[in-house]
Amino acid sequence: MSPPDPLLEVENLTKHFPVRRGLLGWTPQLVRAVDAISFTLEAGSTLGVVGESGCGKTTTSRMILGLERPTSGAIRFEGRDVLTLDREGMRYYRRSVQAVFQDPYASLDPRMRVSTIVAEPLVINTALDAAARSRRVAELLDLVGLPERAATLFPHEFSGGQRQRIAIARALALEPKLVVLDEPVSALDVSIRAQILNLLADLQKRLGVSYLFIAHDLAAVAHMSRAIAVMYLGQIVEWGDADAVALEPRHPYTKALFTAALPVDVDAPRPEVAVSGEVPSPLAPPSGCRFHTRCPFVMPHCATQEPALRMAGDRLVACHLY
Amino acid sequence: MASPVVDVQDLRTHIVTRWGTIKAVDGVSFSVAAGETLGLVGESGSGKSMTCLSLVRLVPRPAARIVGGRVLLDGEDLLAKSEEEMQQIRGRKVGMILQDPMSSLNPVFSVGMQLREPVAMYHHLRGRALTVRAAELLAAVRIPSPAARLRAFPHQLSGGMRQRVVGAMAIAAPPRLLIADEPTTSLDLTIQAQYLGLLKELQERHRLAMIFVTHDLGIVARICDRVAVMYGGRIVEIGPVRAIFKSPAHPYTRALLEAIPRLGARRERLTTIEGQPPDLAKLPAGCAFAPRCAHAVDRCRVEAPGDTMLGPGHATRCWLHVPA
Amino acid sequence: MAADPVDGTLALPEAPTRPAAGARGRRLPLLPIGIIATFIVVAALAPLLSPASPYEQSLRHRFTPPAWEDGGAWAHPLGTDRLGRDMLARIMYGARVSLAAGVLTVLLASAFGAAVGLVAGYYGGRVDAVLMRMTDATMSFPVILLALILAVTVGPSFFNVVLAIAVILWARYARVIRGEVLTLMELDFIAQARIAGAGAGRIITRHLAPNTLNTLVVLVTLQIGYVIIVEASLSFLGAGIPPPTPAWGSMIAEGRDFVTSAWWVSLLPGLAILLVVLAFNLLGDWLRDTLDPKLRQL
Repeated sequence: MSPPDPLLEVENLTKHFPVRRGLLGWTPQLVRAVDAISFTLEAGSTLGVVGESGCGKTTTSRMILGLERPTSGAIRFEGRDVLTLDREGMRYYRRSVQAVFQDPYASLDPRMRVSTIVAEPLVINTALDAAARSRRVAELLDLVGLPERAATLFPHEFSGGQRQRIAIARALALEPKLVVLDEPVSALDVSIRAQILNLLADLQKRLGVSYLFIAHDLAAVAHMSRAIAVMYLGQIVEWGDADAVALEPRHPYTKALFTAALPVDVDAPRPEVAVSGEVPSPLAPPSGCRFHTRCPFVMPHCATQEPALRMAGDRLVACHLY
Repeated sequence: MASPVVDVQDLRTHIVTRWGTIKAVDGVSFSVAAGETLGLVGESGSGKSMTCLSLVRLVPRPAARIVGGRVLLDGEDLLAKSEEEMQQIRGRKVGMILQDPMSSLNPVFSVGMQLREPVAMYHHLRGRALTVRAAELLAAVRIPSPAARLRAFPHQLSGGMRQRVVGAMAIAAPPRLLIADEPTTSLDLTIQAQYLGLLKELQERHRLAMIFVTHDLGIVARICDRVAVMYGGRIVEIGPVRAIFKSPAHPYTRALLEAIPRLGARRERLTTIEGQPPDLAKLPAGCAFAPRCAHAVDRCRVEAPGDTMLGPGHATRCWLHVPA
Repeated sequence: MAADPVDGTLALPEAPTRPAAGARGRRLPLLPIGIIATFIVVAALAPLLSPASPYEQSLRHRFTPPAWEDGGAWAHPLGTDRLGRDMLARIMYGARVSLAAGVLTVLLASAFGAAVGLVAGYYGGRVDAVLMRMTDATMSFPVILLALILAVTVGPSFFNVVLAIAVILWARYARVIRGEVLTLMELDFIAQARIAGAGAGRIITRHLAPNTLNTLVVLVTLQIGYVIIVEASLSFLGAGIPPPTPAWGSMIAEGRDFVTSAWWVSLLPGLAILLVVLAFNLLGDWLRDTLDPKLRQL
């Protein structure tokens, strides 16, 4: 029996932003924020996406959420092309894909009560009456570990961690199949992060929801994900099973990232894979392999030939070393 | 044994607000020797940033006031000095690097102009010699093409570069003590690694005593020699990094170490700390961590524990470790 | 289905942002509110409260000084003008004109201006560019000149005054509200509304507008004073409310030639303007100080 369609499939997804430089805007240039990336996400699992600023992970998530239109490429959800959906299809997609963002202080409307905030997706997308919505809100608050009376309060009466719980409750209101988590715990204290990560893991087990987990905390990503995709300057440079990628990174950039991740073990041997220089501007990415300007293992042809993302053992790597 | 560069004794800073008096720093004591790095670890509201501001007497007035203790820099109490004397000390003897480089740098002046200011003040240089020295400082923080970079403005530099410039300004004197308050939080991981390496290099070159404030225990493991864990305005555990990471004594330290996901040690659930960080205006009597501590006994809720020595330079404030 | 109690966050922190009521830094500004309330009551109930008719002339009693001066009488507590009309009555009725003009103009201008600002800020791009060019053009047009033109071509009237001012004043609101909206658009909760499927209408009315309310209220309060002064200026110039309706501006104009002899004819209406405008400005300042910090709670 053939394996089921992945829940989400992205093929050659590209987003270029035109930017006008020069005094009179004569020279339009392109920011290649995302450049022909492809990956899949299985139902009920978590795909972790890591990368530093300018790598394109946020733009990718925005395209999947429908907040940006791709320049080219395809996004397929449950086998259907999202970009060619009709109104009915789009509504279904909207209900199925939700998000939780990084800043707990900006993701809740300060003028609305929690009950209104969490119920808003229901108001827009369902025909439930007020009583039914109220019940669902109570259910959702319970699911994320907040007391019932939280519904009558305003966001500013909650701490950062609690606000993220409210945001998670809202994201789950429509019983989505996929939740995009864009740095969901980065703005929280260390002791609260563990609470929220545990909650997210619990919810995945209970509800079978899939996550696209974007973060720069590599250990957290490795902990939560089944697969990890590493992005650099708009491209995926490595993609494979989370444990494999985290413990045995292959691509030089992945190696540098994971050694820079500063494990908390004072005894761990630290293979220094130092990376020099700054991240190049996405307006003028280096030729050939985009990482060659900073790569400690650079070879002559890295500057001229762009490596394709291909199988190297148990995962995909875009590097001439393999 | 040489006397420490900075010796803080029972420092107390209170902030008066309309909701009550916040004991932001509640009896903090530690010392740092030349060439040594002390990590100051804690979550938001633990008092670590306010401690640093108190050291150089830059607490936000009039609401915040240093109400007690001594801060000995090379034997002299900074809290007893006049404001004029402090102005001579800040920058010259104590350098500071803060979290957000964009607010540390004046956006309307070039990097060169901002670097020249401290160099002129500390070394009484002018003209050509001044420019040369400023370029040397940029080179010391490993900024490529330093002479050309003097003309750049802050917004033309990346985050990592800006922090390097801030670092250059901080070590312009060079100072005896360098205080770095979460300098890498806004930087990318690979840039962070480079920056930490740079700080270590600068410290070795100038034999600086360094206080590194962070919430990231990974950074502490990498560059700190000793670490002080703060909670509720107090230091709950202090000692050599190895000792504390291998056998943390205080329940909060243990919980912090366990709450962090570890690469390679895939656990089903992360260990969490129940409850919320404390409200500093309403600290409970007794140990500040007692409401969230899984091992709290009655005594913890009533009486605040004092220091218990656990080993050379390793102390903690916890009733569980006081020999009965 | 409750979350594992080990994770316990069931206890909400005691709302750290709600200080005790009395301990609040600022109390209600009673003086400005009192002044405004008094004028509103006087304006509303002028027919009942006024000692005399503002139109009744009595050439025998012209230029009677206020009661506390030599030659004054309590029959005319604030004296009479050059046609013998009672000053107190005229000031009371004048309040109706000024307050009505102020409030009506500001309501019209703010409603229209806020709508323009919301739409421009939300859509951005071309829509924003076009609307802002319109706004800029409007802002650069002098109010007094427009009112004069209207007065000369169509004839002076209350509604012409309101219209002339509102037609230019809205631009200020559009600019300010658009600025607020641009800041709000950066915040995640707007993106979240989109992800939930909200359309432009819902986002603008349910999310953007309520969050600009604070700014709007402050601006409206501060502007009422401005409008009252503009209306008085227009009336002073003869382009405002036409006689015999009492308006403070025209009253000042009428007494212009007698400032040294019958000072009360110009001064008293001027004082009335001063009091009302000052009161609205103080109230607006207080509102801004109390309301603005809450915006930062984001």
